[in-house]
Amino acid sequence: MLVFILKRLLSLVLTLIAASVVIFFVIEVIPGDPASFMMGFEASPEAVDALREQLGLNAPLWERYINWIMALLRGDFGTSYTYKVPVAELVSDRIWVSLPLAIYALILSVVIAFPVGVLAASRRNSATDVTIMGATQLGIAVPNFWFAMILVLLLAIKARWFSAGGFPGWEEGFFPALKALTLPAVALALPQASILSRVMRSSLLDTLSEDYIRTARAKGLSRRQALWRHALRNALIPVLTIIGLQFSFLMAGSVIIEKVFFLPGMGSLVFLGITQRDLIVVKSVVMMLVFAVIVVAFLVDVAYAFVDPRLRKGRA
Amino acid sequence: MSLLHVRDLSLKIGDTDILHDVDLSLEGGEILGIIGESGSGKSMTALSIMQLLPAGSTTAGSIMLNGESLLDMDERHMCSLRGNEVGMIFQEPMTALNPVKTIGEQVAETVLVHSDVSRSEAMKIARGALDRVELPAEQFPLDRYPHELSGGQRQRVVIALAIALRPKLLIADEPTTALDVTTQAQILTLLQKLVEEDGMGLILITHDLAVVADMADHIAIMQKGVVVEAGETVQVFRDMKHPYSKTLFAASSHVPVRDENRVIDLEKKVLSVSGVVREYQGKRTSLFRRPVPFRAVDNVSFDIFKGENVGLVGESGCGKSTLTRAILGLNPVQGGEISLLDVRVAPGMPKSMRAGVQVVFQDPYGSFNPRWKVERLVAEPFHLLDSPPDNRRERVAEALENVGMSAADMDKYIHEFSGGQRQRIAIARALLLRPDLIVLDEAVSALDVSIRAQILDLLAELSDRLGLSYLFISHDLTVVRAITDRVLVMKDGKIVEEGNSEEVFRSPQHPYTRELLAAAPDIEKALQARQERA
Repeated sequence: MLVFILKRLLSLVLTLIAASVVIFFVIEVIPGDPASFMMGFEASPEAVDALREQLGLNAPLWERYINWIMALLRGDFGTSYTYKVPVAELVSDRIWVSLPLAIYALILSVVIAFPVGVLAASRRNSATDVTIMGATQLGIAVPNFWFAMILVLLLAIKARWFSAGGFPGWEEGFFPALKALTLPAVALALPQASILSRVMRSSLLDTLSEDYIRTARAKGLSRRQALWRHALRNALIPVLTIIGLQFSFLMAGSVIIEKVFFLPGMGSLVFLGITQRDLIVVKSVVMMLVFAVIVVAFLVDVAYAFVDPRLRKGRA
Repeated sequence: MSLLHVRDLSLKIGDTDILHDVDLSLEGGEILGIIGESGSGKSMTALSIMQLLPAGSTTAGSIMLNGESLLDMDERHMCSLRGNEVGMIFQEPMTALNPVKTIGEQVAETVLVHSDVSRSEAMKIARGALDRVELPAEQFPLDRYPHELSGGQRQRVVIALAIALRPKLLIADEPTTALDVTTQAQILTLLQKLVEEDGMGLILITHDLAVVADMADHIAIMQKGVVVEAGETVQVFRDMKHPYSKTLFAASSHVPVRDENRVIDLEKKVLSVSGVVREYQGKRTSLFRRPVPFRAVDNVSFDIFKGENVGLVGESGCGKSTLTRAILGLNPVQGGEISLLDVRVAPGMPKSMRAGVQVVFQDPYGSFNPRWKVERLVAEPFHLLDSPPDNRRERVAEALENVGMSAADMDKYIHEFSGGQRQRIAIARALLLRPDLIVLDEAVSALDVSIRAQILDLLAELSDRLGLSYLFISHDLTVVRAITDRVLVMKDGKIVEEGNSEEVFRSPQHPYTRELLAAAPDIEKALQARQERA
């Protein structure tokens, strides 16, 4: 088990290095000079040049890459060109919105998907199953921003149970902040829960037709006992994979939902950074998101090994 | 009153008749053998007794176990019976256990489901059951996982969980079909011992007549959902009445008639294997030591001449498959040389050389792309030629006719054929380029005995007529004896015995060969032993 974890950790570090190289160079080849963008179009070439020098943009590529990585390791994410504040500050404001939102949505997705998937699988081809399959199909098809607007319309504007947007900050107390994140989390979770339910169902149906389920039934387990004790854990591997992918998506991909609910999240930060050629922000935030995604992938791998003893041998 | 009494059992799944008026009975301490080919309904009979039939099944008739009618029982009552009064074991030991639970947990579960004992008490009973199936605690602690065990060991675990509560009836559905002969013999002996010790009734379902002749007190022969013949074992074997029983009996020991004029050209070496070594990277024993390579094939040498049929026998893991892959030029060798018609075989060899050696595998369905028509499937080896012939359809038709199929089958898909027909198509594909050597890797092992006899006849006829050489790899000694001129016995990567097939089988020299032959069930020997005991 230890060997397995060490091997996975090594691959995590290598992936991070590869990702940092790709991010750095891709951003370098994007046209558009940040210095001239910051100075405005009327700036004199001398002034732009001076700024370039100040930002270290004139150093050779590899040197700038090394400097960037070393700074990242020190926790120095650089200073935003446009906001003129350290990127670390920008990020730390927003990560406390995005991360809780992603976790909240993921928990909702899992909490909805597990029972729904199990129910559908255990009553295969029944009216319940058909209804669930139809509903999840709809859940996947409906865009989440549209669903978000419906939620706002019904629960915020009509019923006035929630506010229509904005985020009070965690200083205002845990529950008010959580309440503000509820509608966006629900809107984000719904399509994810639909996907996850379907994966859960089909994975469970696959395992239910395995030989060891027949063995379990021959031991005297009822259909339900065989499902809970033998099928469920074996069905988890594909489900864990999807959960890992969903978390990554929820961390970075919620720009539209952030817009709908006026939330200061990471997605909006990257979006602004890109439109304003604030490459320092983009580079650092993307790198952080990549880091989060890779760490989640690592955790999913470790979870696999917990579920399946065959993977613990360290040869995965 | 008998332990199990099945009367007029009929089974329908949807609108299809599966079983028709099946009558069986069994006393405690007795073994009933049910014999039949695939589709004969033998497994469905077992599942009817267990009441584990697929959805949409309707049963009629009666199944009485200890005077209780199983067909009238509700599901809850059945659950309390399964694993407690009736146990069942299945064909595939590799997949019959839950991979994420330890063997101890899985055996103990049988106990926990049926009685109110504590977990540790259940574990103690599980330990006892594993000891009974000869998996001692030192090598097989309760916290082992199934993937750490071999097929035979897994089958023992499955038996342990089925007999943990000493059921009155055990149903074994092809329990040894997937195992090697020596493992099969051990498992059968174990089952016999359990029957004697517990006075348990055993239903042994198999397609192998030799196994039942050895084991069963009574037998029932099934065909298409009907019991065509039943009775005391020796009586049934000695005096078969139903034509199907006779066919089955004849097919199981079928030896193809060879052409008297066939010649084995000892001047022409088709395949020459000399001093071949194939190693795999082994496990590291420590981080700082070099891994010790595992030698799967160890200094193997033999030749195959034109028109000769050579058998290669050995148990799983002996290196047969590794050697085959090297001969096909799929893997490199670390030592020695393989040549085909005096040209060296290696992974990088020109495509056209691969035309000279073709292969037929065990699973006829798995080796075909289901979305291709037969014409395209059979014509696939044409890729090996630099310029495919213009008369592609004629060549495919010829190959199909060679194996007893018709040219019209070209436009069908593979799912439209039975297992035997699929294997014929696989042989046609191998024949297409008129190779010198065909490697038959367990090519008849998955087939029913009557189909197997037909395919053996076909192979013999093709070899005689076309002067084809075969390397016939199998774990089934009867088949190897029937079709080959010469046999190689392989153990732990080495050829331990080689010689004329008849001679090797009649008077084996190497102890391992003797062990193999002793383990292989034999109808005549079994029946004689049975008569002597009576």
